[in-house]
Order: sequence, then structure tokens, then C-alpha cells
Amino acid sequence: MKLRRSMLFVPGANTAMVCNAYVYKPDTVMFDLEDSVALSEKDSARLMVYHALKHFAYQDIETAVRVNSLDSPYGLLDLEAVVRAGTDIVRLPKTDTIDDVLDMQNAIEKIEKKIGRTKKTKLLAAIESAQGVVNAVDIARCSTRLMGIALGAEDYVRDLRTQRTKEGNELTAARAQILLAARAAKIQAFDSVFSDVRDKDGFIAEVKKIKNLGFDGKSLVNPNQIYTLHDIYAPTKEEIEWAFEVIEAADHAKKNGLGVVSIDGRMVDAPIIARAEYTIDLARTSGLIGEEDE
Amino acid sequence: MTVINSAHAGTLESSDVYIQINPIDEDMVEIELESSVEELYGEMIEELIRDTLKNMKVSYVNVKVQDKGAMDLVIKARLQSAILRACQMSRNPDWSVL
Repeated sequence: MKLRRSMLFVPGANTAMVCNAYVYKPDTVMFDLEDSVALSEKDSARLMVYHALKHFAYQDIETAVRVNSLDSPYGLLDLEAVVRAGTDIVRLPKTDTIDDVLDMQNAIEKIEKKIGRTKKTKLLAAIESAQGVVNAVDIARCSTRLMGIALGAEDYVRDLRTQRTKEGNELTAARAQILLAARAAKIQAFDSVFSDVRDKDGFIAEVKKIKNLGFDGKSLVNPNQIYTLHDIYAPTKEEIEWAFEVIEAADHAKKNGLGVVSIDGRMVDAPIIARAEYTIDLARTSGLIGEEDE
Repeated sequence: MTVINSAHAGTLESSDVYIQINPIDEDMVEIELESSVEELYGEMIEELIRDTLKNMKVSYVNVKVQDKGAMDLVIKARLQSAILRACQMSRNPDWSVL
């Protein structure tokens, strides 16, 4: 499974960010054509993102685009542009029901068919309302194109008639529900943005929290947050050593026809091996190990 | 495509370009370029503008360009936006020429 710890939001109308975002090496660059773009600039931002997606600088990095709602005059035009330009993922705007996903999927399928695109555009649903949270399980399971579901906290807390706090208790139910829904559907789960870019301690505390909850990653609003987040997600030296020990023990057991093996008296079974493989993947992507270590 | 009205796109911020489109009476493309990198890239920018307009089949047009060091993709995007606005085609673009 592809690592997606950091999904960097890039306003589609911000020329400098559109041209340079790849330099910061987030796991995914997520261009935005929705909330960050003024109505009068929707057409120009759409073309900017269209050409950026086709530019060689964005061929070796995963790209996503948050498009406008299909109910708006911009949604279909956005889709036409970004699917033609080859985005990897379309991030849905507010996703309340499975119909929101299926409508978007149908529109994308029509465009892919028209232009002869064989690579299927993936979908990322954004849960931003109480209704979306309640329907998260159905939403997560409704399309094979869905690679993940993400919490959009700002709209969600408004819908709950509350506001965001440093402690984040207001997001507890939504985070738990989104995570469970994603895991049950075997897709990824992403936490919301942390908007106060000056509050580094608050950001660190939130990333530690969502990592421990089990989230695959987080949407980001500032490139400065990428390195901090990757550091927190990187496995420790002890975790990497343990992972290699597990893989070695599992290989040994397989070669010798043993069904089960133990390390320090603890049984190593399939979930433990999967966890060890994930840790090694994470260590490799984080640049903590190279081929010579394996 | 026919330029119906004057239109513009872009900004004067660094890394961006501001493009103004005006209809003219002659079958030609008039380009007025001001660029912070004109000495080095002026000819390339002009060629990019002419190619982009040719693909979009646009003539009878005056193009004023104030470039602040924009990348090719930005110049192309801003020019196409301005042309589509000037041709009143923003809501129905022909993607095959963009």
C-alpha cells in the first residue's frame, strides 16, 4: 500500500505554490480548486492545475485534486480538466452520502471513456458533516475507486455547532468513525488540516495523537509541516530492528516448514508479520534504511 | 476562435504573468512583451505565445504580456484563460487545443 503520510494542499490559484510544491516532497500534492479559489478565478486556476499536472515536475509524485461540487457550475469542468491531465486522485468536496461518491465516479468514468484513459482515476472522499460521519461505513465501501476517506474538520465542527480546540475532543467521534470505516473497507484514513502554522507544539501533539489512533496521514496546509510530520511517522531504530527480526524469523519458519514461530517468547503470526513489513516500508520511504540494510 | 471582447488573466506577483487580450481589426497577432527576464527568454516567451494562439486558432488579436518570471506552464495557463474569457468560451473550452 502506498504511504500517504503527508497530503499537501496547494491552492490552485497560487502560482508560486503550484509551480514549486513538488520540491517539498510531500507523499501527495493535493491541488485545490474548491474553497481556496475565488469564484472569479475558477477558470484560470483550473487551467493552471491542468498544465501543472501535465508538467514533467509532477510525473514522479502522486497528485490529487480537490474539485468543486458537481452541483456547482465548476465541478464537471474541473473533472474534465484534471482527468484529462492525468491526476492520480480526485478528492471529492463534502461527501455526505454514497450518491456523492457514485455520481462523481460516473462522471469520471464517462470522461475516461471519452478520452481513452485506461488508468483508473482514484477517489478520496472528504467527510465534513455529521451526516457524512454517520454514513462513513457505507461511503468507504461503496466504490472500488476509493483509496481513502478524509476528515474535513472545519466544516464538520460548524455542522456540530461547536469549534475546534487544541485538545480536539470535538473530533473524537468523527475520527473514530472514519478510522473504523476505512479499516473495515481496507482503505486509508486521513486526518484534517492543522491550520495554525505558527503553533508547532500544537501540530506535533496532534500528529502524535492521530498517528497513535491509526491514521495513515494528514492533510497539510504548509510545506513546513511536512518534515515534522514525516519525523513523527518515521519508525524508531528499535522498531526497525524488531521488524527485521520478525521478517527473518518468519522466513526461517517458512523455509523449515514451521507453521508458527516465536521471538522472545511471543508468537509471530500473520498480523505481526504484516506490521513488520509496514514498518520496513515506512523506514525505507523515510530514508532510514537503504537496500544494503535489507 | 473569435476574440469578442477585451479580457485579462493573471497577476503581477512574482512567478506570475499578467496578460491582457484586445480584439483588433487586422488578421494578425500583435504581441507587446514586458518581462523581467526578457533578455534571456524574450524570444522563447513570444514563440510560446504564438504557438498557443495558433493551436487555439486565434487571430485578430493584441496580446499585452507583463511577465514576472513565470514558468512556461503559467504563461500558457494565463494566456489560455484570457483568450477563453475574451472569446466567451470559458464554460465550454475545447480541451483538444489546450
